[in-house]
Amino acid sequence: MSEPARPFPVPEDGDATYWEAARRHELVMQRCGSCGRFRFTPRPMCPFCQSWEFAWSPVSGKGVIHSWVVVHPPVLPFFQDKTPYAVALIQLEEGPRMVSNVIDVDRGDMAMDMPVRVDFMDLEDGVTLPVFRRA
Amino acid sequence: MSIRNRAAIVGVGHTEYAKNIGRSEAHVALEAIQKAIADAGLTAADIDGMVRFDMDTNVESELTYMLGIPNLRFFGEIPFGGGGGSGTIALAATAVTAGQANNVVCFRARNRGSGTRPWAARGASAGMVGVPKYHFPYGLLAPVQEIAMFARRYMHEYGLTSRQLGHAAVAMRNHAIRNPNALMRKPITVEDHQNSRWIAEPLHLLDCCLESDGAGAVVVTSAERARDGKNPPVYIRGAIQATGPMALSMTNYYRDGSLASPSAEYAARALYEQAGLTPADINVAQFYCAFSPQIPQALEAYGFVGAGEGGAFIEAGNVEWPHGKLPVNTHGGSLSEAYIHGFNDIVEAIRQVRGTSTSQVANVNFSLITSATQNPTGAVIFGREANA
Repeated sequence: MSEPARPFPVPEDGDATYWEAARRHELVMQRCGSCGRFRFTPRPMCPFCQSWEFAWSPVSGKGVIHSWVVVHPPVLPFFQDKTPYAVALIQLEEGPRMVSNVIDVDRGDMAMDMPVRVDFMDLEDGVTLPVFRRA
Repeated sequence: MSIRNRAAIVGVGHTEYAKNIGRSEAHVALEAIQKAIADAGLTAADIDGMVRFDMDTNVESELTYMLGIPNLRFFGEIPFGGGGGSGTIALAATAVTAGQANNVVCFRARNRGSGTRPWAARGASAGMVGVPKYHFPYGLLAPVQEIAMFARRYMHEYGLTSRQLGHAAVAMRNHAIRNPNALMRKPITVEDHQNSRWIAEPLHLLDCCLESDGAGAVVVTSAERARDGKNPPVYIRGAIQATGPMALSMTNYYRDGSLASPSAEYAARALYEQAGLTPADINVAQFYCAFSPQIPQALEAYGFVGAGEGGAFIEAGNVEWPHGKLPVNTHGGSLSEAYIHGFNDIVEAIRQVRGTSTSQVANVNFSLITSATQNPTGAVIFGREANA
């Protein structure tokens, strides 16, 4: 019997670049070509100034924990034997926030505003997830 | 031209609520709608408008086919699930005020207790698209976890405690104990709340809504026609919808500023302006509470307390009938009556104006019902008199 699979991201037109960069262990985000603001999650236009101009730009990968949840069942089958586990919302220093896991911090040691730094977790099938470690 | 006092609720109907009701969502929809039509003193032939939640499995054409409604000339749908309930009333009131329809049915039929969990179905195929692809791989899967992420930050910024949420859960349970429609009628204490198992820390089991089956429906008509109806009219004093900046459904994670400032503040502002009222005019409130943090969040967003004061207000007993300053969820709410996507909250808000609640607030002039604060949302104020 096969193991249940982790839900995995399917790259789409507007975000393939993000996932390709992750595979190269780079964290990139869209930076507006008009107002210069970074945005996440990926979107076709800038919600701050409505410009369609942007460039995928590297971000430092540095951030802090903005919040987190410790998840207990019920969960999807893949996560069942991993509960309880922590999922965090990371505030990046460039402005955007992103959901991720802080992989080297025990769920009981998670703390508000803890400095973290991006790392990358290579999954099967060529998918890489940006994750975080204590900085 | 405003919808204020131009439309009224003339009929209400609902099924019993159950963990597994044993009848299809079509069946319970028909039951609730038929009861609402009968309560209005109307027949199926009188119904010419229908508003549904876009997530409902029952579509207008099939309902008219099954009910025997000969002709609809208005039908519409409101998105965003638990954020959408108030919007169905707003849309119906708009249609009636504009003369697009005379008698509009609004309803929700949902077997969420016996049926699948939507997030489990979404994750079943493993390949994720859209915004969920940035959440599911990390194990952020379900609404309770999405709200818990917000709740922890809210607790951090405002000092709200889990025990204060427990006080809210106890108050809702005490209301449910008086309510024969409620599913949960065993008394609980704050200690029981604290000892209930974790679901998504900082939220316990008793911070979470029930998973229920059932249906509810109302009939909306013009204020003029309502005056000749069977029941005293319940006037729609105000009914609005709202989104806040970057208000994705269920997650306010990607917007500037604190997580604690959601669509609800915009809804509150628009609602009080439309109604010509202030929070001091509201006698009783039904707050959508799929999860307990939405109660202090609504108390603050709708202006009953200042920022960060919701927890203390709850802890002082102020959301509990009969002595609280603002009884909240007098039917037990989604935590203890049933979870029909907030539609049973609309039913209770109407009951409070009619004087038929099992925890009836004295001298209700204005009854507030709010939809989910974590989604694009809405809210309604019902009033007892048209010229108040």
